[in-house]
Amino acid sequence: MSALDDMLAALSAVYADAVTLADARTAHLVVDSNAVVSRHAVPGVELRVEERGDRIVAELVVAHGAHIETPIHTCIGFLTPRGAQHIELRLRLEPLASATVLAHCLFPNAEMGSHTMDAILEIGAGAELRYMEGHYHGLAGGMKVSPRLAVRVAAGARYFSDFSLTEGRVGRLEIDQRIEVGENAIAEITARVSGRGTDEIRIRDELVLAGRASRGLIKTRIALAEDARAEVVSITRGQAEGARGHMDCLELVRDRAAARAEPIVDVSHPLAKVTHEAAVGTVDQNQLETLMAHGLGPEDAIDVIVTGILR
Amino acid sequence: MPPLLSIEHLAYRADGRMILDGVELEVGEQQIHALLGANGTGKTTIARIVMGCAGYAPTAGIVRFGDRDLAGLSVYERARLGIAMAWQEPVRFEGLAVEEYLRLGAHGMSPAECLHRVGLHPGDFLQRHLDKTLSGGERKRIELASILALRPRLALLDEPAAGIDMPSLDEIAQVILELRRAGGSVLLITHVEQVARIADRASYLCGGRILFTGDPGAAAERYRGRRCVACDGVTCAS
Repeated sequence: MSALDDMLAALSAVYADAVTLADARTAHLVVDSNAVVSRHAVPGVELRVEERGDRIVAELVVAHGAHIETPIHTCIGFLTPRGAQHIELRLRLEPLASATVLAHCLFPNAEMGSHTMDAILEIGAGAELRYMEGHYHGLAGGMKVSPRLAVRVAAGARYFSDFSLTEGRVGRLEIDQRIEVGENAIAEITARVSGRGTDEIRIRDELVLAGRASRGLIKTRIALAEDARAEVVSITRGQAEGARGHMDCLELVRDRAAARAEPIVDVSHPLAKVTHEAAVGTVDQNQLETLMAHGLGPEDAIDVIVTGILR
Repeated sequence: MPPLLSIEHLAYRADGRMILDGVELEVGEQQIHALLGANGTGKTTIARIVMGCAGYAPTAGIVRFGDRDLAGLSVYERARLGIAMAWQEPVRFEGLAVEEYLRLGAHGMSPAECLHRVGLHPGDFLQRHLDKTLSGGERKRIELASILALRPRLALLDEPAAGIDMPSLDEIAQVILELRRAGGSVLLITHVEQVARIADRASYLCGGRILFTGDPGAAAERYRGRRCVACDGVTCAS
Protein backbone atom coordinates (compact mmCIF):
# COMPACT_ATOMS: atom_id res chain seq x y z
CA MET A 1 0.00 0.00 0.00
CA SER A 2 1.15 3.57 -0.68
CA ALA A 3 1.47 6.21 2.02
CA LEU A 4 -1.73 7.76 0.67
CA ASP A 5 -3.60 4.46 0.92
CA ASP A 6 -2.36 4.04 4.49
CA MET A 7 -3.50 7.53 5.48
CA LEU A 8 -6.88 7.05 3.83
CA ALA A 9 -7.34 3.72 5.61
CA ALA A 10 -6.70 5.47 8.92
CA LEU A 11 -9.59 7.89 8.29
CA SER A 12 -12.10 5.42 9.64
CA ALA A 13 -10.78 6.23 13.13
CA VAL A 14 -12.46 9.64 12.88
CA TYR A 15 -15.48 8.28 11.01
CA ALA A 16 -14.37 10.00 7.81
CA ASP A 17 -14.87 8.57 4.36
CA ALA A 18 -11.85 7.99 2.09
CA VAL A 19 -14.12 7.76 -0.98
CA THR A 20 -15.34 11.33 -0.47
CA LEU A 21 -11.79 12.56 -0.09
CA ALA A 22 -10.79 10.88 -3.37
CA ASP A 23 -13.68 12.53 -5.24
CA ALA A 24 -12.48 15.05 -7.85
CA ARG A 25 -14.96 17.62 -6.49
CA THR A 26 -13.30 17.49 -3.07
CA ALA A 27 -10.34 19.77 -2.45
CA HIS A 28 -7.87 18.01 -0.21
CA LEU A 29 -4.46 17.97 1.35
CA VAL A 30 -2.91 14.79 2.75
CA VAL A 31 0.28 15.05 4.79
CA ASP A 32 2.20 12.13 6.25
CA SER A 33 4.72 13.35 8.81
CA ASN A 34 6.34 16.35 7.07
CA ALA A 35 5.76 15.17 3.52
CA VAL A 36 2.87 16.00 1.23
CA VAL A 37 1.28 12.78 0.02
CA SER A 38 -1.56 14.24 -2.01
CA ARG A 39 -3.15 17.57 -2.78
CA HIS A 40 -6.04 18.64 -4.91
CA ALA A 41 -7.65 22.01 -5.48
CA VAL A 42 -11.04 22.78 -7.00
CA PRO A 43 -12.32 25.95 -8.67
CA GLY A 44 -12.56 28.67 -6.03
CA VAL A 45 -9.98 27.02 -3.78
CA GLU A 46 -6.31 27.81 -4.07
CA LEU A 47 -3.88 25.52 -2.27
CA ARG A 48 -0.18 26.25 -1.88
CA VAL A 49 1.96 23.79 0.04
CA GLU A 50 5.69 23.67 0.73
CA GLU A 51 7.74 20.98 2.41
CA ARG A 52 10.45 22.67 4.47
CA GLY A 53 12.28 19.73 5.99
CA ASP A 54 10.97 19.71 9.52
CA ARG A 55 7.66 21.37 8.69
CA ILE A 56 4.88 21.83 6.21
CA VAL A 57 3.80 25.32 5.27
CA ALA A 58 0.36 25.45 3.69
CA GLU A 59 -1.85 28.24 2.47
CA LEU A 60 -5.45 27.66 1.55
CA VAL A 61 -7.50 30.47 0.04
CA VAL A 62 -11.19 30.46 -0.86
CA ALA A 63 -11.86 33.10 -3.48
CA HIS A 64 -14.10 36.13 -3.08
CA GLY A 65 -17.76 35.08 -3.18
CA ALA A 66 -16.99 31.42 -3.84
CA HIS A 67 -19.32 28.91 -2.18
CA ILE A 68 -17.55 25.59 -1.90
CA GLU A 69 -20.29 23.02 -1.70
CA THR A 70 -18.15 19.96 -0.98
CA PRO A 71 -16.20 20.12 2.28
CA ILE A 72 -12.46 20.64 1.94
CA HIS A 73 -10.56 17.80 3.59
CA THR A 74 -7.19 18.04 5.26
CA CYS A 75 -5.78 14.74 6.45
CA ILE A 76 -2.68 15.26 8.53
CA GLY A 77 -0.71 12.92 10.74
CA PHE A 78 1.76 10.07 10.69
CA LEU A 79 1.39 6.33 10.79
CA THR A 80 4.70 5.40 12.41
CA PRO A 81 5.07 4.63 16.14
CA ARG A 82 7.32 7.66 16.56
CA GLY A 83 7.31 10.97 14.80
CA ALA A 84 7.29 14.72 14.95
CA GLN A 85 5.18 16.90 12.77
CA HIS A 86 4.88 20.64 12.49
CA ILE A 87 2.30 22.39 10.35
CA GLU A 88 2.06 26.07 9.57
CA LEU A 89 -1.32 26.80 8.08
CA ARG A 90 -2.78 29.99 6.76
CA LEU A 91 -6.43 29.65 5.83
CA ARG A 92 -8.14 32.62 4.27
CA LEU A 93 -11.72 33.07 3.16
CA GLU A 94 -12.08 36.15 1.04
CA PRO A 95 -15.17 38.31 1.55
CA LEU A 96 -18.56 36.62 0.99
CA ALA A 97 -16.97 33.18 0.49
CA SER A 98 -18.17 30.10 2.32
CA ALA A 99 -16.60 26.71 2.97
CA THR A 100 -16.47 23.81 5.35
CA VAL A 101 -13.12 22.33 6.27
CA LEU A 102 -12.93 18.82 7.69
CA ALA A 103 -9.52 18.49 9.32
CA HIS A 104 -8.54 14.92 10.21
CA CYS A 105 -5.52 14.58 12.49
CA LEU A 106 -4.48 10.95 12.67
CA PHE A 107 -1.75 9.27 14.69
CA PRO A 108 -3.25 5.79 14.97
CA ASN A 109 -0.02 3.89 15.71
CA ALA A 110 1.77 6.55 17.73
CA GLU A 111 3.65 5.36 20.79
CA MET A 112 5.54 8.61 21.22
CA GLY A 113 5.37 11.69 19.06
CA SER A 114 4.43 15.27 18.67
CA HIS A 115 2.25 17.36 16.43
CA THR A 116 2.26 21.11 16.56
CA MET A 117 0.24 23.43 14.41
CA ASP A 118 0.43 27.18 14.10
CA ALA A 119 -2.60 28.36 12.21
CA ILE A 120 -3.88 31.72 11.14
CA LEU A 121 -7.48 31.78 9.99
CA GLU A 122 -8.86 34.87 8.32
CA ILE A 123 -12.54 35.00 7.55
CA GLY A 124 -13.33 37.95 5.33
CA ALA A 125 -16.33 40.25 5.58
CA GLY A 126 -19.60 38.38 5.16
CA ALA A 127 -17.84 35.03 4.73
CA GLU A 128 -18.64 31.80 6.58
CA LEU A 129 -16.23 29.08 7.67
CA ARG A 130 -17.10 25.81 9.37
CA TYR A 131 -13.92 24.21 10.66
CA MET A 132 -14.43 20.69 12.00
CA GLU A 133 -11.33 19.04 13.44
CA GLY A 134 -11.39 15.35 14.36
CA HIS A 135 -8.41 13.77 16.11
CA TYR A 136 -7.33 10.21 16.78
CA HIS A 137 -4.10 9.71 18.74
CA GLY A 138 -4.02 5.91 19.05
CA LEU A 139 -4.13 3.86 22.21
CA ALA A 140 -0.66 4.36 23.73
CA GLY A 141 -1.17 7.86 25.14
CA GLY A 142 2.28 8.98 23.97
CA MET A 143 1.28 11.84 21.67
CA LYS A 144 1.76 15.48 22.45
CA VAL A 145 -0.49 17.65 20.32
CA SER A 146 -0.41 21.42 20.42
CA PRO A 147 -2.66 23.37 18.05
CA ARG A 148 -2.27 27.15 18.27
CA LEU A 149 -4.75 29.22 16.33
CA ALA A 150 -5.24 32.91 15.73
CA VAL A 151 -8.59 33.60 14.09
CA ARG A 152 -9.89 36.88 12.75
CA VAL A 153 -13.58 37.04 11.93
CA ALA A 154 -14.30 40.18 9.91
CA ALA A 155 -17.50 42.23 9.91
CA GLY A 156 -20.64 40.19 9.23
CA ALA A 157 -18.68 36.96 8.97
CA ARG A 158 -19.48 33.68 10.70
CA TYR A 159 -17.06 31.16 12.14
CA PHE A 160 -18.04 27.80 13.62
CA SER A 161 -15.42 25.35 14.85
CA ASP A 162 -15.71 21.94 16.44
CA PHE A 163 -12.71 20.10 17.88
CA SER A 164 -13.32 16.45 18.68
CA LEU A 165 -11.09 13.85 20.33
CA THR A 166 -13.37 11.24 21.84
CA GLU A 167 -11.86 7.88 20.87
CA GLY A 168 -8.63 6.28 22.04
CA ARG A 169 -6.13 8.11 24.23
CA VAL A 170 -5.34 11.79 24.24
CA GLY A 171 -1.76 11.80 25.51
CA ARG A 172 -1.07 15.46 26.10
CA LEU A 173 -3.23 18.04 24.39
CA GLU A 174 -2.64 21.77 24.54
CA ILE A 175 -5.08 23.88 22.58
CA ASP A 176 -4.46 27.60 22.53
CA GLN A 177 -6.65 29.78 20.39
CA ARG A 178 -7.60 33.42 20.14
CA ILE A 179 -10.54 34.56 18.09
CA GLU A 180 -11.21 38.18 17.32
CA VAL A 181 -14.76 38.89 16.25
CA GLY A 182 -15.68 41.96 14.22
CA GLU A 183 -18.84 44.00 13.87
CA ASN A 184 -22.03 41.92 13.54
CA ALA A 185 -19.89 38.81 13.24
CA ILE A 186 -20.42 35.49 14.99
CA ALA A 187 -17.95 32.94 16.38
CA GLU A 188 -18.95 29.67 18.01
CA ILE A 189 -16.25 27.25 19.10
CA THR A 190 -16.80 23.83 20.57
CA ALA A 191 -14.31 21.34 21.97
CA ARG A 192 -15.22 17.78 22.94
CA VAL A 193 -12.52 15.61 24.50
CA SER A 194 -12.52 12.32 26.36
CA GLY A 195 -9.45 11.51 28.46
CA ARG A 196 -8.36 8.49 30.47
CA GLY A 197 -5.19 6.86 31.75
CA THR A 198 -2.70 9.64 32.43
CA ASP A 199 -4.00 11.91 29.66
CA GLU A 200 -3.53 15.63 30.15
CA ILE A 201 -5.79 18.18 28.52
CA ARG A 202 -5.20 21.90 28.56
CA ILE A 203 -7.46 24.21 26.66
CA ARG A 204 -7.18 27.97 26.50
CA ASP A 205 -9.82 29.72 24.41
CA GLU A 206 -9.89 33.48 24.15
CA LEU A 207 -12.77 35.17 22.42
CA VAL A 208 -12.44 38.89 21.79
CA LEU A 209 -15.75 40.50 20.91
CA ALA A 210 -14.21 43.58 19.40
CA GLY A 211 -16.90 44.68 16.97
CA ARG A 212 -20.25 46.26 17.63
CA ALA A 213 -23.03 43.62 18.01
CA SER A 214 -20.51 40.80 17.71
CA ARG A 215 -21.52 37.48 19.22
CA GLY A 216 -19.57 34.54 20.53
CA LEU A 217 -19.92 31.20 22.25
CA ILE A 218 -17.30 28.94 23.78
CA LYS A 219 -18.60 25.47 24.53
CA THR A 220 -16.41 22.82 26.14
CA ARG A 221 -17.30 19.24 26.96
CA ILE A 222 -14.72 17.06 28.71
CA ALA A 223 -15.16 13.54 30.08
CA LEU A 224 -12.35 12.17 32.24
CA ALA A 225 -11.73 8.76 33.76
CA GLU A 226 -8.91 6.98 35.62
CA ASP A 227 -6.03 9.44 36.28
CA ALA A 228 -6.70 11.93 33.50
CA ARG A 229 -6.38 15.67 34.12
CA ALA A 230 -7.96 18.65 32.42
CA GLU A 231 -7.70 22.38 32.74
CA VAL A 232 -9.97 24.62 30.73
CA VAL A 233 -9.49 28.37 30.67
CA SER A 234 -12.17 30.20 28.70
CA ILE A 235 -11.87 33.93 28.29
CA THR A 236 -14.41 36.21 26.67
CA ARG A 237 -13.75 39.91 26.32
CA GLY A 238 -16.70 42.16 25.58
CA GLN A 239 -15.25 45.31 24.09
CA ALA A 240 -18.00 46.86 22.01
CA GLU A 241 -21.58 48.05 22.16
CA GLY A 242 -24.08 45.21 21.85
CA ALA A 243 -21.43 42.49 22.05
CA ARG A 244 -22.86 39.27 23.52
CA GLY A 245 -20.77 36.34 24.69
CA HIS A 246 -21.39 33.11 26.56
CA MET A 247 -19.12 30.37 27.89
CA ASP A 248 -20.47 26.92 28.70
CA CYS A 249 -18.08 24.38 30.18
CA LEU A 250 -19.01 20.92 31.42
CA GLU A 251 -16.38 18.53 32.75
CA LEU A 252 -17.37 15.08 33.93
CA VAL A 253 -14.89 13.31 36.19
CA ARG A 254 -14.76 9.69 37.34
CA ASP A 255 -12.32 7.48 39.21
CA ARG A 256 -9.25 9.52 40.24
CA ALA A 257 -9.53 12.05 37.44
CA ALA A 258 -9.38 15.77 38.16
CA ALA A 259 -10.62 18.79 36.26
CA ARG A 260 -10.46 22.52 36.57
CA ALA A 261 -12.55 25.12 34.76
CA GLU A 262 -11.74 28.80 34.81
CA PRO A 263 -14.13 31.08 32.96
CA ILE A 264 -12.87 34.64 32.71
CA VAL A 265 -15.31 37.41 31.90
CA ASP A 266 -13.68 40.66 30.85
CA VAL A 267 -16.06 43.41 29.81
CA SER A 268 -14.76 46.84 28.95
CA HIS A 269 -17.82 48.39 27.30
CA PRO A 270 -20.93 49.23 29.35
CA LEU A 271 -23.26 47.89 26.66
CA ALA A 272 -21.51 44.55 26.22
CA LYS A 273 -22.65 41.45 28.08
CA VAL A 274 -20.85 38.20 28.76
CA THR A 275 -22.26 35.26 30.71
CA HIS A 276 -20.86 31.91 31.72
CA GLU A 277 -21.75 28.55 33.21
CA ALA A 278 -19.28 25.93 34.32
CA ALA A 279 -19.91 22.57 35.93
CA VAL A 280 -17.23 20.17 37.06
CA GLY A 281 -18.19 17.01 38.84
CA THR A 282 -19.10 13.41 38.76
CA VAL A 283 -22.01 11.90 36.89
CA ASP A 284 -25.30 13.42 38.00
CA GLN A 285 -27.06 11.02 40.39
CA ASN A 286 -30.52 11.91 39.08
CA GLN A 287 -29.47 11.21 35.50
CA LEU A 288 -27.93 7.94 36.60
CA GLU A 289 -31.03 6.82 38.48
CA THR A 290 -33.32 7.82 35.64
CA LEU A 291 -31.40 5.58 33.25
CA MET A 292 -31.09 2.77 35.79
CA ALA A 293 -34.88 2.94 36.21
CA HIS A 294 -34.93 1.86 32.57
CA GLY A 295 -33.00 -1.27 33.56
CA LEU A 296 -29.51 -0.07 32.58
CA GLY A 297 -26.66 -1.15 34.85
CA PRO A 298 -24.46 1.63 36.30
CA GLU A 299 -21.70 1.29 33.68
CA ASP A 300 -24.13 1.31 30.76
CA ALA A 301 -25.93 4.31 32.25
CA ILE A 302 -22.64 6.23 32.56
CA ASP A 303 -21.80 5.37 28.94
CA VAL A 304 -25.10 6.86 27.77
CA ILE A 305 -24.47 10.08 29.72
CA VAL A 306 -20.84 10.47 28.59
CA THR A 307 -21.63 9.66 24.97
CA GLY A 308 -24.36 12.29 25.05
CA ILE A 309 -22.22 15.12 26.34
CA LEU A 310 -19.45 14.34 23.82
CA ARG A 311 -21.77 14.44 20.82
CA MET B 1 -52.11 -14.19 45.74
CA PRO B 2 -50.18 -11.30 47.31
CA PRO B 3 -50.72 -7.71 46.11
CA LEU B 4 -48.25 -6.51 43.50
CA LEU B 5 -46.85 -3.88 45.89
CA SER B 6 -47.18 -4.05 49.63
CA ILE B 7 -45.69 -1.56 52.05
CA GLU B 8 -45.75 -2.44 55.73
CA HIS B 9 -44.90 -0.22 58.72
CA LEU B 10 -42.69 1.93 56.50
CA ALA B 11 -40.71 4.64 58.28
CA TYR B 12 -38.13 7.00 56.86
CA ARG B 13 -36.13 9.57 58.72
CA ALA B 14 -33.79 12.15 57.15
CA ASP B 15 -31.68 14.81 58.85
CA GLY B 16 -33.24 13.90 62.17
CA ARG B 17 -36.77 14.50 60.86
CA MET B 18 -39.45 11.83 60.49
CA ILE B 19 -40.68 11.94 56.87
CA LEU B 20 -42.71 8.72 56.83
CA ASP B 21 -44.16 7.20 59.96
CA GLY B 22 -45.70 3.74 59.72
CA VAL B 23 -47.03 3.85 56.17
CA GLU B 24 -49.21 0.90 55.11
CA LEU B 25 -50.11 0.65 51.44
CA GLU B 26 -51.08 -2.03 48.94
CA VAL B 27 -51.40 -1.85 45.17
CA GLY B 28 -53.06 -4.82 43.52
CA GLU B 29 -52.48 -6.34 40.08
CA GLN B 30 -53.85 -4.13 37.29
CA GLN B 31 -54.87 -1.53 39.82
CA ILE B 32 -54.43 2.24 39.76
CA HIS B 33 -53.85 3.51 43.27
CA ALA B 34 -53.76 7.28 43.74
CA LEU B 35 -51.80 8.91 46.52
CA LEU B 36 -53.07 12.32 47.53
CA GLY B 37 -51.54 14.75 49.94
CA ALA B 38 -50.25 18.27 50.34
CA ASN B 39 -46.68 19.29 49.55
CA GLY B 40 -44.10 17.79 51.85
CA THR B 41 -46.25 14.97 53.22
CA GLY B 42 -43.95 12.22 51.90
CA LYS B 43 -45.59 11.10 48.64
CA THR B 44 -42.46 11.37 46.51
CA THR B 45 -40.43 9.79 49.30
CA ILE B 46 -42.61 6.67 49.10
CA ALA B 47 -42.03 6.45 45.33
CA ARG B 48 -38.28 6.92 45.71
CA ILE B 49 -38.11 4.25 48.41
CA VAL B 50 -39.99 1.79 46.21
CA MET B 51 -37.66 2.58 43.28
CA GLY B 52 -34.60 2.17 45.52
CA CYS B 53 -33.07 5.61 44.91
CA ALA B 54 -29.80 6.49 46.63
CA GLY B 55 -30.33 7.90 50.11
CA TYR B 56 -33.83 6.43 50.40
CA ALA B 57 -33.30 3.25 52.37
CA PRO B 58 -36.20 2.85 54.83
CA THR B 59 -35.52 3.44 58.50
CA ALA B 60 -37.99 0.65 59.26
CA GLY B 61 -40.59 -1.44 57.49
CA ILE B 62 -40.79 -3.73 54.50
CA VAL B 63 -41.48 -3.08 50.82
CA ARG B 64 -42.49 -6.16 48.84
CA PHE B 65 -43.00 -6.58 45.11
CA GLY B 66 -45.19 -9.64 44.81
CA ASP B 67 -43.67 -11.91 47.41
CA ARG B 68 -40.18 -10.47 46.99
CA ASP B 69 -38.66 -8.20 49.64
CA LEU B 70 -37.03 -5.32 47.74
CA ALA B 71 -34.52 -4.50 50.47
CA GLY B 72 -30.96 -4.37 49.15
CA LEU B 73 -31.94 -4.28 45.48
CA SER B 74 -30.54 -1.45 43.37
CA VAL B 75 -32.60 0.78 41.09
CA TYR B 76 -31.78 -1.24 37.98
CA GLU B 77 -32.49 -4.55 39.68
CA ARG B 78 -35.92 -3.25 40.65
CA ALA B 79 -36.42 -1.95 37.10
CA ARG B 80 -35.62 -5.38 35.74
CA LEU B 81 -38.31 -6.83 38.00
CA GLY B 82 -40.79 -4.54 36.25
CA ILE B 83 -40.87 -1.35 38.34
CA ALA B 84 -40.55 1.99 36.52
CA MET B 85 -40.77 5.57 37.63
CA ALA B 86 -41.77 8.79 35.92
CA TRP B 87 -40.09 11.54 37.91
CA GLN B 88 -41.75 14.68 39.15
CA GLU B 89 -38.98 16.81 37.63
CA PRO B 90 -37.49 14.73 34.85
CA VAL B 91 -33.79 15.35 34.29
CA ARG B 92 -32.33 16.62 31.03
CA PHE B 93 -29.79 14.70 28.98
CA GLU B 94 -27.49 16.59 26.66
CA GLY B 95 -26.93 14.78 23.37
CA LEU B 96 -29.50 12.05 23.96
CA ALA B 97 -32.27 11.96 21.36
CA VAL B 98 -35.85 11.40 22.45
CA GLU B 99 -36.05 8.31 20.25
CA GLU B 100 -32.94 6.82 21.87
CA TYR B 101 -34.35 7.51 25.33
CA LEU B 102 -37.64 5.86 24.48
CA ARG B 103 -35.80 2.74 23.31
CA LEU B 104 -33.82 2.29 26.55
CA GLY B 105 -35.11 -0.88 28.17
CA ALA B 106 -38.28 -0.69 26.09
CA HIS B 107 -40.54 -3.60 25.34
CA GLY B 108 -43.80 -1.75 24.89
CA MET B 109 -44.98 0.49 22.08
CA SER B 110 -42.70 2.06 19.46
CA PRO B 111 -41.22 5.50 20.30
CA ALA B 112 -43.47 7.15 17.71
CA GLU B 113 -46.61 5.53 19.13
CA CYS B 114 -45.63 6.48 22.69
CA LEU B 115 -45.18 10.13 21.70
CA HIS B 116 -48.46 10.12 19.85
CA ARG B 117 -50.25 8.81 22.96
CA VAL B 118 -48.94 11.65 25.10
CA GLY B 119 -49.98 14.27 22.58
CA LEU B 120 -46.61 14.98 20.96
CA HIS B 121 -46.12 14.77 17.20
CA PRO B 122 -43.40 12.14 16.64
CA GLY B 123 -41.98 13.94 13.61
CA ASP B 124 -41.32 17.00 15.74
CA PHE B 125 -39.78 15.22 18.71
CA LEU B 126 -38.10 11.89 17.91
CA GLN B 127 -34.78 13.44 16.89
CA ARG B 128 -34.77 16.29 19.39
CA HIS B 129 -32.44 16.04 22.34
CA LEU B 130 -33.62 15.75 25.93
CA ASP B 131 -31.89 18.99 26.81
CA LYS B 132 -32.99 22.41 27.94
CA THR B 133 -34.52 23.22 24.55
CA LEU B 134 -37.57 21.20 25.63
CA SER B 135 -40.18 22.92 27.76
CA GLY B 136 -41.06 21.51 31.17
CA GLY B 137 -44.41 20.24 29.90
CA GLU B 138 -42.83 18.56 26.87
CA ARG B 139 -40.26 16.87 29.07
CA LYS B 140 -43.02 15.61 31.40
CA ARG B 141 -44.93 14.14 28.48
CA ILE B 142 -41.79 12.41 27.19
CA GLU B 143 -41.21 10.93 30.64
CA LEU B 144 -44.72 9.53 30.57
CA ALA B 145 -44.13 8.25 27.03
CA SER B 146 -41.05 6.41 28.32
CA ILE B 147 -43.24 4.58 30.84
CA LEU B 148 -45.50 3.44 27.99
CA ALA B 149 -42.40 2.22 26.16
CA LEU B 150 -41.17 0.31 29.20
CA ARG B 151 -44.59 -1.29 29.82
CA PRO B 152 -43.77 -1.97 33.50
CA ARG B 153 -45.63 -4.23 35.89
CA LEU B 154 -45.71 -1.29 38.31
CA ALA B 155 -45.45 2.35 37.24
CA LEU B 156 -44.65 4.96 39.87
CA LEU B 157 -45.97 8.20 38.43
CA ASP B 158 -44.92 11.24 40.43
CA GLU B 159 -47.19 14.17 39.59
CA PRO B 160 -47.66 13.19 35.93
CA ALA B 161 -50.08 16.09 35.42
CA ALA B 162 -47.83 18.80 36.86
CA GLY B 163 -46.88 21.33 34.19
CA ILE B 164 -49.48 19.94 31.79
CA ASP B 165 -52.07 22.39 30.45
CA MET B 166 -55.63 21.81 31.69
CA PRO B 167 -57.13 20.82 28.30
CA SER B 168 -54.57 18.00 28.06
CA LEU B 169 -55.33 16.40 31.42
CA ASP B 170 -57.66 13.89 29.79
CA GLU B 171 -54.77 12.77 27.53
CA ILE B 172 -52.68 12.10 30.61
CA ALA B 173 -55.54 10.19 32.22
CA GLN B 174 -55.87 8.05 29.08
CA VAL B 175 -52.17 7.19 29.20
CA ILE B 176 -52.52 6.03 32.80
CA LEU B 177 -55.53 3.91 31.88
CA GLU B 178 -53.52 2.48 28.98
CA LEU B 179 -50.88 1.24 31.43
CA ARG B 180 -53.58 -0.68 33.27
CA ARG B 181 -55.05 -2.02 30.01
CA ALA B 182 -51.58 -3.32 29.14
CA GLY B 183 -51.63 -5.38 32.35
CA GLY B 184 -49.72 -3.03 34.63
CA SER B 185 -50.45 -1.34 37.93
CA VAL B 186 -49.91 2.30 38.81
CA LEU B 187 -49.05 4.15 41.99
CA LEU B 188 -50.27 7.59 41.00
CA ILE B 189 -49.03 10.57 42.99
CA THR B 190 -51.06 13.63 42.16
CA HIS B 191 -52.58 16.87 43.36
CA VAL B 192 -55.07 16.91 40.52
CA GLU B 193 -58.44 15.46 41.52
CA GLN B 194 -59.50 15.08 37.88
CA VAL B 195 -56.60 12.69 37.42
CA ALA B 196 -56.96 11.00 40.81
CA ARG B 197 -60.58 10.08 40.11
CA ILE B 198 -59.58 7.55 37.42
CA ALA B 199 -57.92 5.46 40.16
CA ASP B 200 -59.45 2.26 41.50
CA ARG B 201 -58.42 3.17 45.02
CA ALA B 202 -56.78 6.12 46.68
CA SER B 203 -54.97 6.96 49.87
CA TYR B 204 -54.71 10.29 51.61
CA LEU B 205 -51.33 10.99 53.12
CA CYS B 206 -50.68 13.62 55.76
CA GLY B 207 -47.54 14.20 57.79
CA GLY B 208 -45.96 10.93 56.68
CA ARG B 209 -49.02 8.82 57.61
CA ILE B 210 -51.77 7.30 55.52
CA LEU B 211 -54.99 8.65 57.05
CA PHE B 212 -57.45 7.18 54.63
CA THR B 213 -57.55 4.48 51.95
CA GLY B 214 -60.61 3.67 49.89
CA ASP B 215 -62.75 5.24 47.21
CA PRO B 216 -60.84 7.95 45.22
CA GLY B 217 -63.72 10.37 45.54
CA ALA B 218 -63.73 10.02 49.32
CA ALA B 219 -59.94 10.40 49.46
CA ALA B 220 -60.23 13.55 47.35
CA GLU B 221 -62.89 14.89 49.75
CA ARG B 222 -60.49 14.31 52.65
CA TYR B 223 -57.69 16.02 50.76
CA ARG B 224 -59.85 19.00 49.86
CA GLY B 225 -61.22 19.32 53.39
CA ARG B 226 -57.91 18.99 55.19
CA ARG B 227 -57.63 21.17 58.24
CA CYS B 228 -53.90 21.52 58.57
CA VAL B 229 -51.75 23.87 56.53
CA ALA B 230 -48.34 22.37 57.17
CA CYS B 231 -49.61 18.84 57.52
CA ASP B 232 -48.36 17.37 60.74
CA GLY B 233 -50.29 14.10 60.56
CA VAL B 234 -52.05 14.88 63.81
CA THR B 235 -54.49 17.69 63.08
CA CYS B 236 -56.06 15.87 60.14
CA ALA B 237 -56.15 12.57 61.97
CA SER B 238 -58.05 13.98 64.92
